[in-house]
Amino acid sequence: MWIYVLRRTLLLIPLFFIISVVVFSLIHLVPGDPIDSLLGPGSTSADKIELVKAHGLDKPLTVQYFVWLKNFVTGDMGQSIIEKQPVADMIFYNMPFTVRLGLASLFISFFLGILLGIISAAAKNTFIDYISMIIALLGVTVPAFWLGLILMLIFSVMLGWFPVSGSGNLQTLVLPAITVGMGGAGLIARITRVSMLEMFNKEFVLLLYAKGLSKPAIIIKHVFRNALMPVITIFGLRLGWILGGAVTIEIVFSRPGIGNMLLSALYRRDYPVVQASLIFLTMAVIIGAFIADIMYSYADPRVRDVYK
Amino acid sequence: MTKYKHKPPWVVVLQRFSANKMGVIGTILIACLVIVALFAPLLEPYSYKEQNIAIANEPPSLNHIMGTDDFGRDLLSRTIRGARISFVVGVLSVLISVVIGLVIGSIAGFYGGVIDLVLTTIADLTWSMPAILIALLLVAIIGAGLESVVVAIGLSYWAQYARLVRGQILSLKSAVFIEATKSMGASDYVILFKHLLPNSLSPVIVAATIGIGNAIVLEATLGFLGMGAQPPTPSWGAMMSNGTAYLFISPWMIIFPGLAMMITVLGFNLFGDALIDIMDVKNKESS
Repeated sequence: MWIYVLRRTLLLIPLFFIISVVVFSLIHLVPGDPIDSLLGPGSTSADKIELVKAHGLDKPLTVQYFVWLKNFVTGDMGQSIIEKQPVADMIFYNMPFTVRLGLASLFISFFLGILLGIISAAAKNTFIDYISMIIALLGVTVPAFWLGLILMLIFSVMLGWFPVSGSGNLQTLVLPAITVGMGGAGLIARITRVSMLEMFNKEFVLLLYAKGLSKPAIIIKHVFRNALMPVITIFGLRLGWILGGAVTIEIVFSRPGIGNMLLSALYRRDYPVVQASLIFLTMAVIIGAFIADIMYSYADPRVRDVYK
Repeated sequence: MTKYKHKPPWVVVLQRFSANKMGVIGTILIACLVIVALFAPLLEPYSYKEQNIAIANEPPSLNHIMGTDDFGRDLLSRTIRGARISFVVGVLSVLISVVIGLVIGSIAGFYGGVIDLVLTTIADLTWSMPAILIALLLVAIIGAGLESVVVAIGLSYWAQYARLVRGQILSLKSAVFIEATKSMGASDYVILFKHLLPNSLSPVIVAATIGIGNAIVLEATLGFLGMGAQPPTPSWGAMMSNGTAYLFISPWMIIFPGLAMMITVLGFNLFGDALIDIMDVKNKESS
Protein backbone atom coordinates (compact mmCIF):
# COMPACT_ATOMS: atom_id res chain seq x y z
CA MET A 1 0.00 0.00 0.00
CA TRP A 2 2.65 2.51 1.03
CA ILE A 3 4.84 1.68 -1.93
CA TYR A 4 1.89 2.39 -4.17
CA VAL A 5 1.26 5.75 -2.48
CA LEU A 6 4.95 6.65 -2.72
CA ARG A 7 5.12 5.79 -6.42
CA ARG A 8 2.08 7.87 -7.18
CA THR A 9 3.44 10.78 -5.11
CA LEU A 10 6.76 10.76 -6.97
CA LEU A 11 4.88 10.90 -10.26
CA LEU A 12 3.50 14.30 -9.23
CA ILE A 13 6.94 15.93 -9.54
CA PRO A 14 7.48 15.49 -13.30
CA LEU A 15 3.83 16.43 -13.79
CA PHE A 16 4.46 19.70 -11.99
CA PHE A 17 7.35 20.48 -14.35
CA ILE A 18 5.34 19.71 -17.46
CA ILE A 19 2.47 21.86 -16.28
CA SER A 20 4.69 24.77 -15.29
CA VAL A 21 6.42 24.75 -18.69
CA VAL A 22 3.12 24.58 -20.58
CA VAL A 23 1.47 27.31 -18.52
CA PHE A 24 4.56 29.50 -18.67
CA SER A 25 4.88 29.31 -22.44
CA LEU A 26 1.15 29.70 -23.06
CA ILE A 27 0.97 32.80 -20.89
CA HIS A 28 3.75 34.42 -22.86
CA LEU A 29 1.81 33.89 -26.06
CA VAL A 30 -0.93 36.15 -24.74
CA PRO A 31 -0.79 39.38 -26.72
CA GLY A 32 -0.86 42.75 -25.00
CA ASP A 33 1.58 44.20 -22.58
CA PRO A 34 0.89 44.62 -18.86
CA ILE A 35 3.56 47.31 -18.79
CA ASP A 36 1.44 49.54 -21.04
CA SER A 37 -1.39 49.60 -18.54
CA LEU A 38 1.07 50.55 -15.79
CA LEU A 39 2.48 53.57 -17.55
CA GLY A 40 0.73 56.78 -16.64
CA PRO A 41 -0.03 59.49 -19.17
CA GLY A 42 2.99 61.49 -20.25
CA SER A 43 5.52 58.75 -19.56
CA THR A 44 8.42 58.32 -21.97
CA SER A 45 9.74 55.22 -23.66
CA ALA A 46 12.70 55.36 -21.27
CA ASP A 47 10.23 54.86 -18.42
CA LYS A 48 8.89 51.83 -20.19
CA ILE A 49 12.32 50.28 -20.71
CA GLU A 50 13.04 50.80 -17.05
CA LEU A 51 9.80 49.12 -15.98
CA VAL A 52 10.38 46.19 -18.35
CA LYS A 53 13.83 45.75 -16.81
CA ALA A 54 12.49 46.01 -13.29
CA HIS A 55 10.10 43.13 -13.95
CA GLY A 56 12.78 41.07 -15.71
CA LEU A 57 10.74 40.98 -18.92
CA ASP A 58 13.76 41.86 -21.10
CA LYS A 59 15.51 38.54 -20.55
CA PRO A 60 15.06 35.53 -22.88
CA LEU A 61 12.01 33.39 -22.16
CA THR A 62 13.99 30.35 -20.99
CA VAL A 63 15.94 32.49 -18.52
CA GLN A 64 12.70 34.02 -17.30
CA TYR A 65 11.31 30.53 -16.80
CA PHE A 66 14.18 29.28 -14.70
CA VAL A 67 14.29 32.43 -12.60
CA TRP A 68 10.58 32.08 -12.06
CA LEU A 69 10.84 28.34 -11.27
CA LYS A 70 13.62 28.89 -8.72
CA ASN A 71 11.58 31.56 -7.00
CA PHE A 72 8.38 29.52 -7.17
CA VAL A 73 9.93 26.50 -5.50
CA THR A 74 11.26 28.68 -2.69
CA GLY A 75 7.77 30.11 -2.17
CA ASP A 76 8.29 33.41 -3.98
CA MET A 77 5.69 33.60 -6.71
CA GLY A 78 6.71 37.03 -7.88
CA GLN A 79 5.06 40.39 -7.71
CA SER A 80 1.71 41.25 -9.22
CA ILE A 81 2.39 43.78 -11.95
CA ILE A 82 -0.94 45.54 -11.47
CA GLU A 83 -1.72 45.10 -7.78
CA LYS A 84 1.93 45.63 -6.77
CA GLN A 85 1.82 43.04 -4.02
CA PRO A 86 3.37 39.58 -3.74
CA VAL A 87 1.41 36.97 -5.72
CA ALA A 88 1.83 34.53 -2.83
CA ASP A 89 -0.07 36.91 -0.53
CA MET A 90 -2.88 37.23 -3.08
CA ILE A 91 -3.09 33.45 -3.49
CA PHE A 92 -3.17 32.83 0.24
CA TYR A 93 -5.78 35.51 0.73
CA ASN A 94 -8.04 34.10 -1.99
CA MET A 95 -7.39 30.39 -1.56
CA PRO A 96 -9.57 29.81 1.55
CA PHE A 97 -12.64 31.21 -0.22
CA THR A 98 -12.24 28.84 -3.16
CA VAL A 99 -11.43 25.89 -0.89
CA ARG A 100 -14.55 26.56 1.20
CA LEU A 101 -16.72 26.84 -1.89
CA GLY A 102 -15.12 23.71 -3.36
CA LEU A 103 -15.60 21.62 -0.23
CA ALA A 104 -19.19 22.77 0.22
CA SER A 105 -20.00 21.93 -3.42
CA LEU A 106 -18.24 18.60 -3.09
CA PHE A 107 -20.42 17.81 -0.08
CA ILE A 108 -23.59 18.81 -1.92
CA SER A 109 -22.58 16.81 -5.00
CA PHE A 110 -21.96 13.65 -3.02
CA PHE A 111 -24.85 14.00 -0.59
CA LEU A 112 -27.50 14.95 -3.12
CA GLY A 113 -26.10 12.72 -5.88
CA ILE A 114 -25.84 9.55 -3.83
CA LEU A 115 -29.21 10.18 -2.20
CA LEU A 116 -30.92 10.64 -5.58
CA GLY A 117 -29.06 7.64 -7.00
CA ILE A 118 -30.06 5.31 -4.17
CA ILE A 119 -33.67 6.46 -4.18
CA SER A 120 -34.11 6.00 -7.90
CA ALA A 121 -32.30 2.65 -7.96
CA ALA A 122 -34.40 1.34 -5.08
CA ALA A 123 -37.58 2.55 -6.78
CA LYS A 124 -36.56 1.51 -10.27
CA ASN A 125 -39.04 2.36 -13.06
CA THR A 126 -41.49 4.07 -10.73
CA PHE A 127 -42.64 7.66 -10.70
CA ILE A 128 -40.05 8.47 -7.99
CA ASP A 129 -37.29 7.04 -10.19
CA TYR A 130 -38.31 9.22 -13.14
CA ILE A 131 -38.52 12.38 -11.03
CA SER A 132 -35.10 11.75 -9.47
CA MET A 133 -33.54 11.07 -12.84
CA ILE A 134 -35.09 14.18 -14.37
CA ILE A 135 -33.62 16.24 -11.52
CA ALA A 136 -30.25 14.55 -12.11
CA LEU A 137 -30.42 15.18 -15.85
CA LEU A 138 -31.32 18.83 -15.30
CA GLY A 139 -28.39 19.11 -12.89
CA VAL A 140 -26.05 17.86 -15.62
CA THR A 141 -27.51 19.98 -18.42
CA VAL A 142 -28.27 23.31 -16.76
CA PRO A 143 -25.51 25.86 -17.39
CA ALA A 144 -23.99 26.59 -13.96
CA PHE A 145 -23.81 30.36 -14.24
CA TRP A 146 -27.45 30.52 -15.34
CA LEU A 147 -28.55 28.35 -12.42
CA GLY A 148 -26.60 30.69 -10.13
CA LEU A 149 -28.36 33.75 -11.51
CA ILE A 150 -31.79 32.11 -11.26
CA LEU A 151 -31.18 30.95 -7.68
CA MET A 152 -30.02 34.45 -6.83
CA LEU A 153 -33.17 35.87 -8.41
CA ILE A 154 -35.50 33.52 -6.52
CA PHE A 155 -33.85 33.16 -3.12
CA SER A 156 -32.10 36.49 -2.74
CA VAL A 157 -34.22 38.98 -4.63
CA MET A 158 -37.74 37.53 -4.38
CA LEU A 159 -37.62 35.62 -1.10
CA GLY A 160 -34.73 37.45 0.54
CA TRP A 161 -33.44 34.30 2.27
CA PHE A 162 -29.82 34.65 1.28
CA PRO A 163 -27.60 37.63 0.53
CA VAL A 164 -27.03 38.42 -3.15
CA SER A 165 -23.27 38.39 -2.87
CA GLY A 166 -20.48 38.57 -0.35
CA SER A 167 -18.29 36.06 1.38
CA GLY A 168 -18.43 36.65 5.10
CA ASN A 169 -20.59 34.01 6.72
CA LEU A 170 -22.04 30.61 6.02
CA GLN A 171 -25.22 32.09 4.54
CA THR A 172 -23.32 33.56 1.60
CA LEU A 173 -21.94 30.12 0.82
CA VAL A 174 -25.27 28.30 0.38
CA LEU A 175 -26.33 29.48 -3.09
CA PRO A 176 -22.87 29.33 -4.72
CA ALA A 177 -22.27 25.86 -3.30
CA ILE A 178 -25.61 24.57 -4.60
CA THR A 179 -24.88 26.12 -7.98
CA VAL A 180 -21.46 24.50 -8.33
CA GLY A 181 -22.57 21.24 -6.72
CA MET A 182 -25.59 20.57 -8.94
CA GLY A 183 -23.59 19.40 -11.96
CA GLY A 184 -21.63 16.94 -9.86
CA ALA A 185 -24.78 15.82 -8.06
CA GLY A 186 -26.47 14.99 -11.34
CA LEU A 187 -23.48 13.02 -12.57
CA ILE A 188 -23.08 11.12 -9.30
CA ALA A 189 -26.80 10.34 -9.11
CA ARG A 190 -26.75 8.80 -12.57
CA ILE A 191 -23.60 6.76 -11.95
CA THR A 192 -24.82 5.60 -8.53
CA ARG A 193 -28.11 4.45 -10.02
CA VAL A 194 -26.53 2.47 -12.87
CA SER A 195 -23.92 0.96 -10.60
CA MET A 196 -26.49 -0.03 -7.96
CA LEU A 197 -28.77 -1.61 -10.55
CA GLU A 198 -25.81 -3.66 -11.80
CA MET A 199 -25.15 -4.81 -8.25
CA PHE A 200 -28.77 -5.86 -7.75
CA ASN A 201 -28.29 -8.48 -10.46
CA LYS A 202 -25.31 -10.07 -8.74
CA GLU A 203 -25.74 -13.49 -7.19
CA PHE A 204 -24.58 -12.45 -3.74
CA VAL A 205 -27.60 -10.15 -3.48
CA LEU A 206 -29.89 -13.07 -4.22
CA LEU A 207 -28.13 -15.00 -1.46
CA LEU A 208 -28.71 -12.11 0.97
CA TYR A 209 -32.41 -12.17 0.15
CA ALA A 210 -32.38 -15.95 0.64
CA LYS A 211 -30.80 -15.43 4.05
CA GLY A 212 -33.82 -13.30 4.91
CA LEU A 213 -32.24 -9.84 5.11
CA SER A 214 -34.59 -6.90 4.71
CA LYS A 215 -34.43 -4.86 1.53
CA PRO A 216 -33.18 -1.65 3.24
CA ALA A 217 -30.40 -3.59 4.96
CA ILE A 218 -29.34 -5.17 1.68
CA ILE A 219 -29.40 -1.85 -0.13
CA ILE A 220 -27.50 0.17 2.42
CA LYS A 221 -25.09 -2.41 3.84
CA HIS A 222 -24.22 -4.42 0.77
CA VAL A 223 -25.34 -3.08 -2.56
CA PHE A 224 -24.47 0.55 -1.91
CA ARG A 225 -21.00 -0.20 -0.55
CA ASN A 226 -20.13 -2.22 -3.59
CA ALA A 227 -21.70 0.27 -5.96
CA LEU A 228 -19.61 3.13 -4.65
CA MET A 229 -16.45 2.22 -6.58
CA PRO A 230 -17.32 3.79 -9.95
CA VAL A 231 -18.57 6.86 -8.12
CA ILE A 232 -15.17 7.37 -6.51
CA THR A 233 -13.30 6.90 -9.79
CA ILE A 234 -15.43 9.15 -11.94
CA PHE A 235 -15.60 11.76 -9.31
CA GLY A 236 -11.89 11.87 -8.61
CA LEU A 237 -11.23 12.31 -12.31
CA ARG A 238 -13.84 15.00 -12.69
CA LEU A 239 -12.84 17.05 -9.65
CA GLY A 240 -11.76 19.64 -12.16
CA TRP A 241 -15.43 20.30 -12.84
CA ILE A 242 -15.87 21.62 -9.32
CA LEU A 243 -12.93 23.97 -9.74
CA GLY A 244 -13.96 25.02 -13.23
CA GLY A 245 -17.43 25.70 -11.91
CA ALA A 246 -16.02 27.65 -9.00
CA VAL A 247 -14.16 29.98 -11.37
CA THR A 248 -17.38 31.05 -13.08
CA ILE A 249 -19.58 31.03 -10.00
CA GLU A 250 -17.21 33.28 -8.06
CA ILE A 251 -17.86 35.86 -10.76
CA VAL A 252 -21.65 35.33 -10.67
CA PHE A 253 -21.84 35.85 -6.91
CA SER A 254 -18.94 38.35 -6.87
CA ARG A 255 -17.09 36.25 -4.30
CA PRO A 256 -13.37 36.59 -3.76
CA GLY A 257 -11.38 33.49 -4.72
CA ILE A 258 -8.80 32.06 -7.07
CA GLY A 259 -11.20 32.13 -10.01
CA ASN A 260 -12.12 35.75 -9.53
CA MET A 261 -8.46 36.62 -9.12
CA LEU A 262 -7.49 34.66 -12.23
CA LEU A 263 -10.12 36.31 -14.41
CA SER A 264 -9.34 39.87 -13.41
CA ALA A 265 -5.64 39.13 -13.87
CA LEU A 266 -6.39 37.68 -17.30
CA TYR A 267 -8.27 40.80 -18.35
CA ARG A 268 -5.34 42.98 -17.28
CA ARG A 269 -2.57 40.73 -18.60
CA ASP A 270 -1.07 40.38 -15.14
CA TYR A 271 1.24 37.45 -16.05
CA PRO A 272 2.60 36.51 -12.63
CA VAL A 273 -0.88 36.25 -11.11
CA VAL A 274 -2.36 34.30 -14.04
CA GLN A 275 0.60 31.93 -14.00
CA ALA A 276 0.50 31.21 -10.30
CA SER A 277 -3.26 30.77 -10.10
CA LEU A 278 -3.36 28.51 -13.17
CA ILE A 279 -0.62 26.31 -11.75
CA PHE A 280 -2.40 26.21 -8.41
CA LEU A 281 -5.71 25.21 -9.99
CA THR A 282 -4.06 22.58 -12.22
CA MET A 283 -2.14 21.05 -9.35
CA ALA A 284 -5.32 21.00 -7.27
CA VAL A 285 -7.08 19.04 -10.02
CA ILE A 286 -4.21 16.58 -10.32
CA ILE A 287 -3.86 16.12 -6.57
CA GLY A 288 -7.61 15.52 -6.42
CA ALA A 289 -7.31 12.74 -8.99
CA PHE A 290 -4.35 11.43 -7.00
CA ILE A 291 -6.34 11.30 -3.76
CA ALA A 292 -9.16 9.51 -5.58
CA ASP A 293 -6.62 6.96 -6.83
CA ILE A 294 -5.37 6.34 -3.31
CA MET A 295 -8.92 6.02 -1.98
CA TYR A 296 -9.68 3.62 -4.78
CA SER A 297 -6.69 1.43 -4.07
CA TYR A 298 -7.60 1.44 -0.39
CA ALA A 299 -11.14 0.34 -1.19
CA ASP A 300 -10.14 -2.22 -3.82
CA PRO A 301 -6.93 -4.15 -3.05
CA ARG A 302 -6.74 -5.40 -6.63
CA VAL A 303 -5.76 -1.93 -7.82
CA ARG A 304 -2.65 -1.66 -5.68
CA ASP A 305 -1.64 -5.26 -6.25
CA VAL A 306 -0.92 -4.41 -9.85
CA TYR A 307 2.05 -2.39 -8.70
CA LYS A 308 3.63 -5.09 -6.55
CA MET B 1 -32.28 -10.43 -30.91
CA THR B 2 -33.17 -13.21 -33.30
CA LYS B 3 -36.19 -11.44 -34.65
CA TYR B 4 -33.98 -8.70 -36.15
CA LYS B 5 -31.79 -11.24 -37.85
CA HIS B 6 -32.59 -10.42 -41.45
CA LYS B 7 -32.98 -6.67 -41.18
CA PRO B 8 -30.19 -4.31 -42.13
CA PRO B 9 -28.40 -2.82 -39.09
CA TRP B 10 -29.74 0.71 -39.58
CA VAL B 11 -33.31 -0.56 -39.41
CA VAL B 12 -32.50 -2.30 -36.14
CA VAL B 13 -31.02 0.89 -34.73
CA LEU B 14 -34.00 2.93 -35.91
CA GLN B 15 -36.48 0.48 -34.42
CA ARG B 16 -34.71 0.38 -31.09
CA PHE B 17 -34.34 4.13 -31.13
CA SER B 18 -38.01 4.84 -31.70
CA ALA B 19 -38.82 2.57 -28.76
CA ASN B 20 -36.68 4.80 -26.54
CA LYS B 21 -39.01 7.56 -25.32
CA MET B 22 -36.29 9.82 -23.99
CA GLY B 23 -34.38 9.47 -27.23
CA VAL B 24 -37.43 10.49 -29.24
CA ILE B 25 -37.93 13.57 -27.04
CA GLY B 26 -34.26 14.43 -27.53
CA THR B 27 -34.59 14.05 -31.30
CA ILE B 28 -37.62 16.35 -31.35
CA LEU B 29 -35.76 18.98 -29.30
CA ILE B 30 -32.74 18.84 -31.62
CA ALA B 31 -34.99 18.97 -34.68
CA CYS B 32 -36.65 22.11 -33.28
CA LEU B 33 -33.25 23.70 -32.74
CA VAL B 34 -32.12 22.87 -36.26
CA ILE B 35 -35.33 24.26 -37.76
CA VAL B 36 -35.09 27.45 -35.69
CA ALA B 37 -31.40 27.82 -36.58
CA LEU B 38 -32.01 27.26 -40.31
CA PHE B 39 -35.03 29.52 -40.66
CA ALA B 40 -34.07 32.13 -38.05
CA PRO B 41 -34.64 35.16 -40.33
CA LEU B 42 -38.14 33.92 -41.23
CA LEU B 43 -39.17 33.12 -37.67
CA GLU B 44 -38.04 36.33 -36.03
CA PRO B 45 -41.08 38.58 -35.39
CA TYR B 46 -38.86 41.68 -35.25
CA SER B 47 -35.36 42.58 -36.33
CA TYR B 48 -32.86 41.12 -33.89
CA LYS B 49 -30.67 44.22 -33.96
CA GLU B 50 -33.08 47.12 -34.33
CA GLN B 51 -32.92 49.32 -31.25
CA ASN B 52 -35.83 51.27 -29.84
CA ILE B 53 -34.99 52.90 -26.51
CA ALA B 54 -38.64 53.89 -26.04
CA ILE B 55 -39.57 50.28 -25.29
CA ALA B 56 -36.38 49.30 -23.41
CA ASN B 57 -36.59 46.75 -20.57
CA GLU B 58 -40.23 45.91 -21.20
CA PRO B 59 -41.57 42.80 -19.48
CA PRO B 60 -42.97 39.97 -21.59
CA SER B 61 -46.23 40.96 -23.30
CA LEU B 62 -48.30 39.89 -26.28
CA ASN B 63 -46.22 42.08 -28.59
CA HIS B 64 -42.91 40.91 -27.19
CA ILE B 65 -43.42 37.41 -25.79
CA MET B 66 -40.01 37.37 -24.10
CA GLY B 67 -39.89 41.10 -23.38
CA THR B 68 -37.25 43.52 -24.60
CA ASP B 69 -33.67 44.19 -23.58
CA ASP B 70 -31.90 47.35 -22.45
CA PHE B 71 -31.83 48.69 -26.02
CA GLY B 72 -35.48 47.86 -26.67
CA ARG B 73 -34.60 44.93 -28.90
CA ASP B 74 -37.07 42.05 -29.07
CA LEU B 75 -35.70 39.20 -26.96
CA LEU B 76 -37.59 36.47 -28.83
CA SER B 77 -35.96 37.49 -32.11
CA ARG B 78 -32.56 37.64 -30.45
CA THR B 79 -33.02 34.25 -28.80
CA ILE B 80 -34.00 32.78 -32.18
CA ARG B 81 -30.91 34.29 -33.81
CA GLY B 82 -28.88 33.01 -30.86
CA ALA B 83 -30.02 29.46 -31.62
CA ARG B 84 -28.30 29.73 -34.98
CA ILE B 85 -25.06 30.95 -33.41
CA SER B 86 -25.11 28.31 -30.68
CA PHE B 87 -25.81 25.52 -33.14
CA VAL B 88 -23.01 26.56 -35.50
CA VAL B 89 -20.54 27.05 -32.64
CA GLY B 90 -21.49 23.70 -31.11
CA VAL B 91 -21.16 21.70 -34.32
CA LEU B 92 -17.99 23.37 -35.61
CA SER B 93 -16.10 23.19 -32.32
CA VAL B 94 -17.03 19.54 -31.82
CA LEU B 95 -15.81 18.85 -35.36
CA ILE B 96 -12.45 20.39 -34.46
CA SER B 97 -12.23 18.33 -31.26
CA VAL B 98 -13.20 15.13 -33.04
CA VAL B 99 -10.64 15.59 -35.82
CA ILE B 100 -7.84 16.31 -33.34
CA GLY B 101 -9.01 13.42 -31.17
CA LEU B 102 -9.12 11.01 -34.11
CA VAL B 103 -5.61 11.91 -35.24
CA ILE B 104 -3.99 11.80 -31.81
CA GLY B 105 -5.98 8.84 -30.56
CA SER B 106 -5.29 6.71 -33.59
CA ILE B 107 -1.57 7.52 -33.65
CA ALA B 108 -1.30 6.69 -29.94
CA GLY B 109 -3.30 3.49 -30.21
CA PHE B 110 -1.77 2.28 -33.44
CA TYR B 111 1.92 2.88 -32.82
CA GLY B 112 2.01 2.35 -29.04
CA GLY B 113 5.31 2.58 -27.16
CA VAL B 114 6.81 5.94 -26.27
CA ILE B 115 4.56 7.84 -28.69
CA ASP B 116 1.54 6.36 -26.95
CA LEU B 117 2.90 7.22 -23.51
CA VAL B 118 3.59 10.84 -24.42
CA LEU B 119 0.28 11.40 -26.23
CA THR B 120 -1.74 9.65 -23.54
CA THR B 121 -0.12 11.73 -20.80
CA ILE B 122 -0.92 14.93 -22.68
CA ALA B 123 -4.48 13.79 -23.32
CA ASP B 124 -5.02 12.74 -19.69
CA LEU B 125 -3.69 16.07 -18.44
CA THR B 126 -5.92 18.02 -20.81
CA TRP B 127 -8.89 15.85 -19.95
CA SER B 128 -8.55 16.33 -16.21
CA MET B 129 -8.38 20.11 -16.58
CA PRO B 130 -11.62 22.07 -16.42
CA ALA B 131 -12.44 22.94 -20.03
CA ILE B 132 -13.38 26.47 -19.05
CA LEU B 133 -9.81 27.17 -17.84
CA ILE B 134 -8.23 25.92 -21.07
CA ALA B 135 -10.74 27.82 -23.19
CA LEU B 136 -10.27 31.03 -21.19
CA LEU B 137 -6.51 30.91 -21.61
CA LEU B 138 -6.79 30.13 -25.34
CA VAL B 139 -9.28 32.94 -25.94
CA ALA B 140 -6.92 35.28 -24.11
CA ILE B 141 -4.17 34.20 -26.52
CA ILE B 142 -6.07 34.31 -29.81
CA GLY B 143 -8.42 37.14 -28.91
CA ALA B 144 -12.14 37.35 -28.15
CA GLY B 145 -14.78 36.87 -30.84
CA LEU B 146 -16.88 34.05 -32.21
CA GLU B 147 -14.24 32.45 -34.47
CA SER B 148 -11.63 32.23 -31.75
CA VAL B 149 -14.24 30.86 -29.36
CA VAL B 150 -14.94 28.01 -31.79
CA VAL B 151 -11.22 27.23 -32.01
CA ALA B 152 -10.72 27.53 -28.25
CA ILE B 153 -13.62 25.19 -27.46
CA GLY B 154 -12.40 22.74 -30.09
CA LEU B 155 -8.96 22.71 -28.52
CA SER B 156 -10.39 22.30 -25.00
CA TYR B 157 -12.43 19.14 -25.60
CA TRP B 158 -10.29 17.00 -27.94
CA ALA B 159 -8.83 14.81 -25.20
CA GLN B 160 -11.96 12.77 -24.49
CA TYR B 161 -12.22 11.77 -28.16
CA ALA B 162 -8.53 10.90 -28.31
CA ARG B 163 -8.97 8.64 -25.28
CA LEU B 164 -12.01 6.96 -26.81
CA VAL B 165 -10.36 6.37 -30.20
CA ARG B 166 -7.18 5.08 -28.61
CA GLY B 167 -9.10 2.61 -26.48
CA GLN B 168 -11.11 1.39 -29.46
CA ILE B 169 -8.05 0.98 -31.67
CA LEU B 170 -6.17 -0.86 -28.94
CA SER B 171 -8.97 -3.35 -28.52
CA LEU B 172 -9.48 -3.75 -32.29
CA LYS B 173 -5.79 -4.06 -33.11
CA SER B 174 -5.64 -7.63 -31.91
CA ALA B 175 -8.92 -8.63 -33.58
CA VAL B 176 -8.76 -11.56 -35.97
CA PHE B 177 -9.92 -9.59 -39.01
CA ILE B 178 -7.07 -7.10 -38.58
CA GLU B 179 -4.59 -9.94 -38.33
CA ALA B 180 -6.06 -11.36 -41.52
CA THR B 181 -5.74 -8.01 -43.29
CA LYS B 182 -2.13 -7.77 -42.16
CA SER B 183 -1.27 -11.24 -43.36
CA MET B 184 -2.69 -10.29 -46.74
CA GLY B 185 -0.02 -7.62 -46.92
CA ALA B 186 -2.07 -4.47 -46.21
CA SER B 187 -0.07 -1.38 -45.37
CA ASP B 188 -0.31 0.49 -42.05
CA TYR B 189 -2.21 3.20 -43.88
CA VAL B 190 -4.87 0.82 -45.19
CA ILE B 191 -5.24 -0.97 -41.86
CA LEU B 192 -5.58 2.29 -39.92
CA PHE B 193 -7.84 4.25 -42.26
CA LYS B 194 -9.85 1.52 -43.93
CA HIS B 195 -10.30 -0.91 -41.06
CA LEU B 196 -9.44 0.43 -37.61
CA LEU B 197 -10.85 3.96 -37.77
CA PRO B 198 -14.24 3.21 -39.34
CA ASN B 199 -14.79 0.51 -36.74
CA SER B 200 -13.93 2.82 -33.82
CA LEU B 201 -16.29 5.60 -34.79
CA SER B 202 -19.53 4.70 -33.01
CA PRO B 203 -18.52 5.67 -29.44
CA VAL B 204 -16.98 8.84 -30.88
CA ILE B 205 -20.27 9.77 -32.53
CA VAL B 206 -22.14 9.18 -29.28
CA ALA B 207 -19.68 11.30 -27.30
CA ALA B 208 -19.82 14.00 -29.98
CA THR B 209 -23.61 14.33 -29.68
CA ILE B 210 -23.36 15.02 -25.98
CA GLY B 211 -20.25 17.10 -26.73
CA ILE B 212 -22.28 19.54 -28.84
CA GLY B 213 -24.36 20.32 -25.77
CA ASN B 214 -21.25 20.86 -23.66
CA ALA B 215 -19.71 23.08 -26.31
CA ILE B 216 -22.84 25.25 -26.41
CA VAL B 217 -22.68 25.72 -22.63
CA LEU B 218 -18.97 26.51 -22.79
CA GLU B 219 -19.57 29.11 -25.50
CA ALA B 220 -22.25 30.72 -23.38
CA THR B 221 -20.04 30.66 -20.29
CA LEU B 222 -17.21 32.34 -22.17
CA GLY B 223 -19.70 34.89 -23.51
CA PHE B 224 -21.00 35.43 -20.00
CA LEU B 225 -17.46 36.10 -18.74
CA GLY B 226 -17.03 38.66 -21.51
CA MET B 227 -14.50 36.49 -23.37
CA GLY B 228 -16.80 35.16 -26.07
CA ALA B 229 -18.86 36.69 -28.82
CA GLN B 230 -18.88 40.46 -28.48
CA PRO B 231 -22.03 42.59 -28.47
CA PRO B 232 -24.15 43.19 -30.48
CA THR B 233 -23.84 39.52 -31.60
CA PRO B 234 -26.95 37.84 -30.15
CA SER B 235 -25.14 34.82 -28.71
CA TRP B 236 -27.02 33.38 -25.73
CA GLY B 237 -24.00 33.85 -23.50
CA ALA B 238 -23.43 37.44 -24.56
CA MET B 239 -27.15 38.19 -24.09
CA MET B 240 -27.06 36.85 -20.55
CA SER B 241 -23.80 38.60 -19.78
CA ASN B 242 -25.50 41.83 -20.81
CA GLY B 243 -28.53 40.87 -18.74
CA THR B 244 -26.66 40.44 -15.44
CA ALA B 245 -26.52 44.20 -15.08
CA TYR B 246 -30.33 44.25 -15.22
CA LEU B 247 -30.96 41.11 -13.17
CA PHE B 248 -33.15 42.97 -10.68
CA ILE B 249 -34.89 45.21 -13.22
CA SER B 250 -35.56 42.92 -16.17
CA PRO B 251 -34.76 39.32 -15.27
CA TRP B 252 -36.36 38.08 -18.50
CA MET B 253 -33.14 39.12 -20.25
CA ILE B 254 -31.48 36.19 -18.49
CA ILE B 255 -34.34 33.76 -18.01
CA PHE B 256 -35.28 33.19 -21.67
CA PRO B 257 -31.90 32.75 -23.36
CA GLY B 258 -30.94 30.46 -20.48
CA LEU B 259 -34.09 28.39 -20.87
CA ALA B 260 -33.46 28.09 -24.60
CA MET B 261 -29.96 26.89 -23.89
CA MET B 262 -31.05 24.43 -21.23
CA ILE B 263 -33.63 22.86 -23.55
CA THR B 264 -31.03 22.59 -26.31
CA VAL B 265 -28.47 20.92 -24.08
CA LEU B 266 -31.16 18.62 -22.69
CA GLY B 267 -32.00 17.58 -26.27
CA PHE B 268 -28.42 16.62 -27.08
CA ASN B 269 -28.03 14.75 -23.79
CA LEU B 270 -31.26 12.77 -24.19
CA PHE B 271 -30.30 11.93 -27.76
CA GLY B 272 -26.80 10.85 -26.74
CA ASP B 273 -28.06 8.80 -23.78
CA ALA B 274 -30.49 7.00 -26.06
CA LEU B 275 -27.68 6.26 -28.50
CA ILE B 276 -25.61 4.80 -25.66
CA ASP B 277 -28.52 2.61 -24.61
CA ILE B 278 -29.31 1.23 -28.04
CA MET B 279 -25.77 0.81 -29.29
CA ASP B 280 -24.74 -0.51 -25.89
CA VAL B 281 -21.58 1.53 -26.02
CA LYS B 282 -19.57 1.62 -22.83
CA ASN B 283 -19.35 5.35 -22.66
CA LYS B 284 -20.35 6.40 -19.18
CA GLU B 285 -17.45 8.79 -18.81
CA SER B 286 -18.47 11.27 -21.43
CA SER B 287 -21.91 12.04 -20.10
